Amino acid sequence: MWKFIVRRLLVTFPQIVFLSVLVFVMAQFMPGDALTGLIDPNISPEALEIQRERLGLNNPWYVQYVDWLGGLVQGDLGQSFRFKMDVTALISERVMNTILLSLVSLIFTYLIAIPLGIISGRYNDSPLDSAITGYSYLGFATPIFIFALVVLWVFGFMLGWFPTSGSVAPGLDAGSMEYYISKLYHALLPGLSIALISVVSTIQYLRSEIVDTKQKDFIITARAKGASENRVYNKHIFRNSLLPIAAFFGWEITSLISGTVFVERVFSYPGMGLLFLESVTGRDFSVVTALVLLFGIASILGALLSDIILSIVDPRIRIK
Amino acid sequence: MAFLEVKDLQVYFPIKGGILNRTVEYTRAVDGVSFELEQGKTYGLVGESGSGKSTTGRAIIGLEDITSGQVLFEGKDITDKKAKNKNFRKDVQMIFQDPYSSLNPRKRVLDIVAEPLRNYEKLSKQEERKRVQELLDIVNVSPDSIFKYPHEFSGGQRQRIGVARAIALKPKLIIADEPVSALDVSVQAQVLNFLQEIQKELNLTYLFISHDLGVVKHMCDNISIMYKGRYVEQGSTKDIFENPQHIYTKRLIAAIPDIDPRNREKQFEFRKEVTKEYRESFNNYFDSNGLAFGLQSISDTHKVALPEKG
Amino acid sequence: MSNELLKIKNLSTSFRIGDEYYAAVDDVTLTLNKNEVLGIVGESGSGKSALAFSVMRLHTKAKIEGEVLLNNQDIVTMPKSKLDKIRGDEMAMIFQDPLTALNPLTPIGGQIEETLFLHNRKLGQQGRKKRAVELLDLVGIPNAERVFEQFPHELSGGMRQRVIIAIAIANDPKLLIADEPTTALDVTIQAQILDLIRELKEKIHAGIILITHDLGVVAEMADRVAVMYAGQIVEIASVEKLFENPLHPYTRSLLNSVPVEGQDTLHVIQGVVPSLKNLPREGCRFAARIPWVDASAHEENPTMHEVESGHFVRCTCHEHFYIPDQNEEKGEQSNGIS
Repeated sequence: MWKFIVRRLLVTFPQIVFLSVLVFVMAQFMPGDALTGLIDPNISPEALEIQRERLGLNNPWYVQYVDWLGGLVQGDLGQSFRFKMDVTALISERVMNTILLSLVSLIFTYLIAIPLGIISGRYNDSPLDSAITGYSYLGFATPIFIFALVVLWVFGFMLGWFPTSGSVAPGLDAGSMEYYISKLYHALLPGLSIALISVVSTIQYLRSEIVDTKQKDFIITARAKGASENRVYNKHIFRNSLLPIAAFFGWEITSLISGTVFVERVFSYPGMGLLFLESVTGRDFSVVTALVLLFGIASILGALLSDIILSIVDPRIRIK
Repeated sequence: MAFLEVKDLQVYFPIKGGILNRTVEYTRAVDGVSFELEQGKTYGLVGESGSGKSTTGRAIIGLEDITSGQVLFEGKDITDKKAKNKNFRKDVQMIFQDPYSSLNPRKRVLDIVAEPLRNYEKLSKQEERKRVQELLDIVNVSPDSIFKYPHEFSGGQRQRIGVARAIALKPKLIIADEPVSALDVSVQAQVLNFLQEIQKELNLTYLFISHDLGVVKHMCDNISIMYKGRYVEQGSTKDIFENPQHIYTKRLIAAIPDIDPRNREKQFEFRKEVTKEYRESFNNYFDSNGLAFGLQSISDTHKVALPEKG
Repeated sequence: MSNELLKIKNLSTSFRIGDEYYAAVDDVTLTLNKNEVLGIVGESGSGKSALAFSVMRLHTKAKIEGEVLLNNQDIVTMPKSKLDKIRGDEMAMIFQDPLTALNPLTPIGGQIEETLFLHNRKLGQQGRKKRAVELLDLVGIPNAERVFEQFPHELSGGMRQRVIIAIAIANDPKLLIADEPTTALDVTIQAQILDLIRELKEKIHAGIILITHDLGVVAEMADRVAVMYAGQIVEIASVEKLFENPLHPYTRSLLNSVPVEGQDTLHVIQGVVPSLKNLPREGCRFAARIPWVDASAHEENPTMHEVESGHFVRCTCHEHFYIPDQNEEKGEQSNGIS
C-alpha cells in the first residue's frame, strides 16, 4: 500500500506543476497586467515602461513564470485591483467560509444520499426506488442555481426559517459562541441546496453498486450460511458497496467546488465562489487566476484523496 | 524439414513493481520449449493453469511477443512478427476456448465466417455467400442461418462456426486452444468428431492445447506435458499413457477420474501411491527452484525431463 | 428410526420469463439417506443446479412447488426465520466457483467465524477463532493460523475451495450439497478436493448431494446416481448399476460420448438441449433427439418405472432404443438438424 501511495503522490506533483503552467499561460492571455488599474491613467507611457522593466514584466515568459512561481510559494498571489489589497489576504478571509459551507453540504449529502441509495438499491424496481430514481433524473437535469433559488425562496423568504444572505449575523464578536452558531446557521441553507443536487450522483452510484453486489456469488454463500436477509444486507452488501462510495469522497470535493460557485452567488454567501464570480465580472484577473489555481489544486488533491482512501479500505490493494 | 519447428522458445512477461513501476522481474511463462510437428498429425500440449501451454500457442501464431528462440514454419523462420507474412497468416489459424466470447455478438454469421475471406480473397457477394454456405455445411451448421447472430446458436454450434471461420482459407495448421473445455460432454463429442473429420478431408495439422488428458488421449498422436513453462515429458500418446516416466505426468494421469465405479478403490490406492511418490521424490524430478530439468531421450520418440547423469 | 435424511416430493421450480412461468425443475421426487452420496448428473440446462438451489431455498425469484423434507421439516414452506436456523447448520452448500464465492473484503477467518456465530452463540470469540483454525486444519490448509488472517485474493483457487468447504462443514451439517465443486479447478487439485470430501464424509457422517456434469467424478464419488434431462430425472440407480447397465437413452448416449480407450469416433447426441422456454412439456422430452426410435415406443405421459430394485427409468422408450452406427447417424443428422 505504501508503495502505491508514494507512487500516487509522485504523479500528483507533475499534475500540480502542469496546472500552474496552464494557469500562468491563461493569465498571460488576459488583457492588462499587474500594473493595470494601479496606475493613474495620466502617467506617461515612458514612465510606465520603466515601471514594467523594473517589475520584470518585459522578461521572457519562463523567467516571469519562475518569478510568479517563487511568489506563489511564498504566498504572494499578487494584488487585487478592485479591493486594493493582497490577493492572499483577500482569499484567506473567504476560504474558511467556503470550507465550512463545503463541510455542511458534504454532511447533508451523505445524510441524504446513503439512506436513499440503500433503499433504492435494496428494493430496486419498487415504487419507492422509482420515486428516488425519478428525483435523481430531476437533479441531474436541473441547474444548481435554480434549485438554490427555489430553496432560498421557500425556506428563506416564505417560511423565514433561515437567513437569506451573508455568512454571519452582524454585530457578533468573532470568537464568541454565538458567532460560531450564527456562522453554522448561515451555512445550513446554502449547504442543503448544494447537497440536494450533489446527492443524485451518489444515490445512483450507491444504488448501482448495491444492485451489482446483490448478484455476487458470495452473497449466496452468506445466505447459505444462514445469515438473515438484514444481516446479508448490512454485513455483506452495504459494506462492499460503500467501498467505492468511500473512494468517491475525494471526487465529491471536486463537484462541491462547482456547487459553491453558484450557490454562494444565490445566497450572497461571502466565500471563494462568490469572490470568483465577482472577480470575473469585475475583471479582477489576479484574483481569478489565484482562485482557478486553488480550485484546480483542490480537485487534484481530491482525486489523490480518493485513491488513498481506496488503497486503505480495499484489502486487494492494501495487501501487496 | 519439419512442418512446424519450435526451437528453445521463451516468452517472458515483465512484472512491474517498485515506486517507479519499472520492470523488476520476469514471469517465465514459456521457458525453453522445443518441438516439431509433422503435417497431418495432431500434437497435444497438456498442462494445468499457469503451465504456459496457451502462451506457447499464442506465441507461435503471433499473439504474444517471443522473447527468444526460433519458430520455423515449412522451413521459413517466422519468429519475428514482421516475418509472419500474408501466407503465414493464411496458413495458420486459431480456434479459441470460449465460443461465447470469441464471436463478435454484433456480427452476423455471414460476416464472421467471411471475414478472413474478405481479407485475403477478392470474391463477389454471390461467391462469398456461396463459400460461407459451403463452409457452414462442412461444420454441420444449417447454411440457411447465415443472417443469424451468434446468440441464436448453442455453444457447440458457435464453436463450429468458429471452426468454419478458421478453415475458410484452407489453412495447413490449426492451433486449437482448449477448443472443447467450455462445452458439455455431448457437445464436446460433436466438436471432437468433427475436428477429426475435417483433419482427414483437408490434411490439417493440429496443435491441440488442453488440460483434459482424456480428450488429448483421444485426439493426439504425440503429446507434451508442460509444467511452469517447461516440458516435463514428450512422447507418443502410447509413451505418455502406458509408460509415463516423470512423476508429474504420473500425477496428472492418476488424477483423471476413472469412469468405471468398480475401479474406485484401486484408483484411490493408485492415486495415494503416486502422491506419496511425488512427495518423496520431488527433488529427483525438479530443480531447486521447483522447475523441470532439461529433456533427456529415453527412446526414439520419448523424452523426459531428468537431471543430467553424473 | 428411518434412514431417510432428505425426501424431495414432486418438486417443481419455475422461473418467470415475460409473463409466464417455466419449470426448470419439473416434478422431481428423490430421497437421500444418511451417510449416502447421491450424484446428480446432467448437462447445462438440465436443471441440476436449480434443484440444488431449491433444496437450500436459495432462489430469490422462483416459484417453488412440492415438498423438500429435511428430517421431516418442509424447507419449502417453513418461515424464513426457521430456514435461517437450518441453513448453514443442518444443511450447507459448497459452490462451483471458489474465486467468487468468498467475500473479497473479509479475512478468511471472519468468513468461517460468521457461520459459527450464526448457529452457536455459546461459543465465545476465543472459541470461534479456535474452531475456525481447527476447521482450516481439517480441510488440509497449511499454516491455518496465518491463513485465518489472510484475504481470499491471497489464496489459490484450490485453497479457496478448501475454505468454502470449511465454512460448509463448520456446524457439522447433516446434509451437504456440493454444486459442481471441482469444475473450476485443475485436475490435480480436483483429485485433492474429491479426496477431501470423501475423507470428510467419514468424519461428519453427512448425506451428500453431489451435482456435476462430469461422469468420472460421479463414478468415483457417488453411491447412487440420478440423471437429469430437461428438468426431469430420467434415471436413478446405484452407481454400479448405472454404469454397468444404463437404460435410459439419454444416459446411454451420454456415457457413449465420453472418450474411452480404443474408441475411434465418439457418439454424438443429435440436436441441442432445449432452452427453458422451449422445453417440450408433453410426452418424452428426449424423443426429439432420438428420431430413429419409433414414436409408439414412447409413453404419452412418461413416468418412472422400477426396472430392478432401486433402478428407476423414465418412459418405456428405453426398451426400443439402440445406438445407431455411424453411417446411419450421419444420414439422420443431415436431415435438417443444424
